Amino acid sequence: METFRILIVDDEDDFREAIMKRLRARKMEVAGANSGPKALEMLDTEEFDVVVLDVKMPGMDGIETLRAIKQKKPLVEVIMLTGHASVESGIQGMQLGAFDYVMKPVALDDLMDKLRQAYERRVLQLEYGRKNL
Amino acid sequence: MVDEKYRRFWWQITLTKLLFSLLPLGLLVVVLYNHFSEAYTSKVLEALRTLAINRQGALDLFLEERIAQLVTLANTNTLAQLTDEDYLNRVFNIVQSASRSYIDLGIIDEHGDHLAYVGPYYNILKGVNYRNEPWFDAVLNSGVHVSDVFLGFRKVPHFIIAVLVREKQRSWILRATIDSNVLENIVQAAHIGKSGDAYLVNRDNLLQTKPRFGGNLLERPPGPDFSATVGLRVEEITAGADPALFAAIQIRTKRWVLVIREDPREPLAPLLRTKYLLGLLTLLGLSLIVIGSVYTTKKVLDRLILSDLEKAKNDEVLLHESKMAALGKLAAGVAHEINNPLAVISEEAGWMKDLLQEDDVQASPHLQEFQESIKKIEYHANRVKKVTHRLLGFARRMEPTMEKVMINAVLEECVGFLENEARYRNITIEKKLADDLPTIASDPSQLQQVFLNILNNAIDAIGKDGTITLKTFPEPEGDKVVVQIADTGPGIPKELLPKIFDPFFTTKEVGKGTGLGLSISHSIVEKLGGSMSVDSEPGHGTTFTIALPIKG
Repeated sequence: METFRILIVDDEDDFREAIMKRLRARKMEVAGANSGPKALEMLDTEEFDVVVLDVKMPGMDGIETLRAIKQKKPLVEVIMLTGHASVESGIQGMQLGAFDYVMKPVALDDLMDKLRQAYERRVLQLEYGRKNL
Repeated sequence: MVDEKYRRFWWQITLTKLLFSLLPLGLLVVVLYNHFSEAYTSKVLEALRTLAINRQGALDLFLEERIAQLVTLANTNTLAQLTDEDYLNRVFNIVQSASRSYIDLGIIDEHGDHLAYVGPYYNILKGVNYRNEPWFDAVLNSGVHVSDVFLGFRKVPHFIIAVLVREKQRSWILRATIDSNVLENIVQAAHIGKSGDAYLVNRDNLLQTKPRFGGNLLERPPGPDFSATVGLRVEEITAGADPALFAAIQIRTKRWVLVIREDPREPLAPLLRTKYLLGLLTLLGLSLIVIGSVYTTKKVLDRLILSDLEKAKNDEVLLHESKMAALGKLAAGVAHEINNPLAVISEEAGWMKDLLQEDDVQASPHLQEFQESIKKIEYHANRVKKVTHRLLGFARRMEPTMEKVMINAVLEECVGFLENEARYRNITIEKKLADDLPTIASDPSQLQQVFLNILNNAIDAIGKDGTITLKTFPEPEGDKVVVQIADTGPGIPKELLPKIFDPFFTTKEVGKGTGLGLSISHSIVEKLGGSMSVDSEPGHGTTFTIALPIKG
């Protein structure tokens, strides 16, 4: 399986760092952003395949960030990270084009599965897009 | 306390109503009675007055006739003729034939000597000299004299009319004795009714005729002193226990007073009857008003209590809902605050677990310890996660929704909340849940509230050592699912059973229960289209049965 680039967006530094460490240990290319604007900035300069986006963030929240990402790079897959109480926002996110949502605290294996599925979809869509061009 | 408030209200309304309806009634009765009484009494007094005048006329007529007869007799005959006793006898017979009121006739000279006499007492009276009799001087002075009744020489009550005739050189007197009975007959014709009376008194207040009741001739009359009456007097005098109406009128021809006494109870009997009738009608009206007012007040009060209860129920449901919403927010906040550090803990533990795969750590003599430690961290983080997710689920479900609900799952969740509490109190929770229960369309969080409330009550009712049995089964008819929650507590007394769904009804100590739980549960179940009932017997525990429609 080829490696793909992942961007973790979460305001909780410890959580973000831990996830990043663990994904790196699984040979993933991972970067982190502590806020929505920061993430958008990074998307401008770097290429990412999948974004893991926390719903609840101070300032620009996950849903707003999702809208901005989809506007900028519609083919970047986004996985929403939500608390149980915001299943609705997870679902809302999916309606706005997110690939799926996972609930905190998350089992890493589940997250890995979802990341892979998201990447597969991105690959398919990229191919489809190239064919149609 | 609530009852006290309503009782006071009851009294206020009832008393006000009574006051405003009884006051006019009482006024009406008093005014009506007074008017009627006045009119009727004056009518009775008027009748009495007329009677008195009428009798006075009769008496005067009688006396005037006698006087006129005697004056005529004296002046149309000479003394010589009249002293002839045969002649006098003939004259006596003629006057007597017209009126049987004379007893005798006598001619007396100016010295009082009896010159001639006709009558039944010839032997007694013939030789009598009248010079010292009181009437003798009176007749000499006034020419005509009517005496009071007196006993005279014969000791028989009578009165006399004497007429003085003056001739050139001498004067003589024609004297006639009149039977008192005649007067009595005229007077007695005046009395009315069974106890009425009539009599004559002279100016010394001595009886001139015999009254029907009490008193003899020439004695004091059995009533007040009217001897000084001039003209006509009518009045009501109450002597002793018996009230009496008196009419007194002076006779024109003689200083006598005719007294007529009437018992007012006789002529006024119709008035008395009216009084009783009026009293009876008033009493009837009174009781009708009282009954009516009590009845309408009760109606109003029942209505009020009902609407108060309804209002309290609605208020409490609203309050409860807002309370639950606030609680939901709080729960969500707390859960989130715990969730975030928990996520970090989980991830860090996961990272440590990852690191355990590294060769250097694998070589560590404490590898086993590390592994176990991390496993425990993960296990307990997972426990906390369950709790926070439950809290978040609780918070999320505060708004009413309709979704597919598996009743058994909701019950299991509720039991999960209370398991520890039950275990501490040594209460077994037995579950007899039907496997083939259909999912229903309902609001799981509201149902959870209801079940939690009943389960809490069951635990409180049991206190220590007992069993709570949960049972679910589809209703035989097929369109409902039934949940039964039974406890082995002390049960509910029969008289309290109908009240347990009322707001503010509680058997718990002051401050322990609001008395709203079951009331709210009841309204929630009804809102969800289901029904809730209770079955209890003191000593045999309590069973709540909730039937919920499969289609919401």
